[in-house]
Amino acid sequence: MSKRKLKVSAIKEGTVIDHIPANQLFKVISILGLDKVSNQITFGTNLESSKLNHKAIIKVSGKYFEDDEINKIALIAPAAKLNIIKDYEVIEKKVVDVPDEIVGIAKCFNPKCITNNEPVTTRFTVVSKDNIALKCHYCEKITSEEHLKIT
Amino acid sequence: MKGKSLVSISDFSKEEILEIVKLAAEFEENPNQLLLDGKVVASLFFEPSTRTRLSFETAINRLGGNIIGFTDSASSSTTKGETLKDTIKMVSNYSDLIVMRHPLEGSARYAAEQSDVPVINAGDGANQHPTQTLLDLYSIYKTQGTLENLNIFLVGDLKYGRTVHSLLMAMSLFNPIFNFIAPDELRIPDEYKLFLDSKSIRYFEHSEFTDIISKADILYMTRVQRERFSDPIEYEKVKNVYVLRNSMLDNTKDNLRILHPLPRVNEIHTDVDDNPKAYYFQQAENGVYTRMAIMASILGLK
Ligand SMILES: [Zn+2]
Repeated sequence: MSKRKLKVSAIKEGTVIDHIPANQLFKVISILGLDKVSNQITFGTNLESSKLNHKAIIKVSGKYFEDDEINKIALIAPAAKLNIIKDYEVIEKKVVDVPDEIVGIAKCFNPKCITNNEPVTTRFTVVSKDNIALKCHYCEKITSEEHLKIT
Repeated sequence: MKGKSLVSISDFSKEEILEIVKLAAEFEENPNQLLLDGKVVASLFFEPSTRTRLSFETAINRLGGNIIGFTDSASSSTTKGETLKDTIKMVSNYSDLIVMRHPLEGSARYAAEQSDVPVINAGDGANQHPTQTLLDLYSIYKTQGTLENLNIFLVGDLKYGRTVHSLLMAMSLFNPIFNFIAPDELRIPDEYKLFLDSKSIRYFEHSEFTDIISKADILYMTRVQRERFSDPIEYEKVKNVYVLRNSMLDNTKDNLRILHPLPRVNEIHTDVDDNPKAYYFQQAENGVYTRMAIMASILGLK
């Protein structure tokens, strides 16, 4: 336990996002806009995990996420868990939920969709949350999990 | 429905559909009403579709409106790389209404979001073509006297045919029974069957085009196109199977009418054309009255 903790240093105030699939780490960083903030951020990747093959973890100092904000990562990191830290203590744990609507982030699989041909922000209704299925607001086609690409 | 765009048939409620259908009948009765006098309608055809464009332009002219626009993207500024958004922003400053045909799917929804004036989708790729659906509904209403409780047979390409899918969704508001007749490769997709199940609407699937049509009120024929088949041998096998011939109509109901979105290839033999049950040419004409009704209604002039 203490050994694992040492891999990424502790934070005083902020959020720890755990159980991110290792190969999605940089996408999570980009979706949450963490590459554009001035907060102190530490991350570890290719860590051992009982649930995932290799997981990544991100610690963001001095930042708490709104549900809407954090749920954006549900598409690529559905098992992610959040630990809300105050004064080095975990005061709350949260899981992510797939939202009912996805704006941006995902790509429509239909090559003839307007969103793949003009600078249009994608918009989807989530028609299934277990096996992710997204209905495009524009072309009305359904993008299933196997065809899902994150922008 | 003043100020409302028409992008997808599902944008209109049952009441709004009935309103359009009844208004179309009124325009057919009295086609010369200069309701669009002094109005400018932009007709933007990013891909050519002579049939649809002429129908719209006739409707606009009959209503006394003025037309601006282009008939294919070669004569528009999109060839200079202008985005759809910029074209729509510009045109919506000049016009009271936009009629748009575009090869990309979802382009009409996007245009409607960008435009300050209502947009009528005249076909966005393989996605939607709601004015075709409304003219089909008007044709059904006119020939049957109602849209309720009809036995509708859909024949041919039920997999890719967008007119068939839109008609199915719209008619589902009126308690129909559906019969689907299609080759195996072109059967109606599961998502539509699930939709019908969820609405408790009865439907039957057949692969043989036989005398089961004796129960039909409406026989809606579609093209079976060669390019839809992965195996050309399959196409050769079915291309002459889903063809309607005059002799097949002997035991059909008197009120039966045959519809087809046109143009046809060989799926309706020309010997059907003189049968009073053939309705596809009048169906095309109904498009003008239906489009007059849609435009007048969206502009709040009726
Ligand atoms: Zn799309």
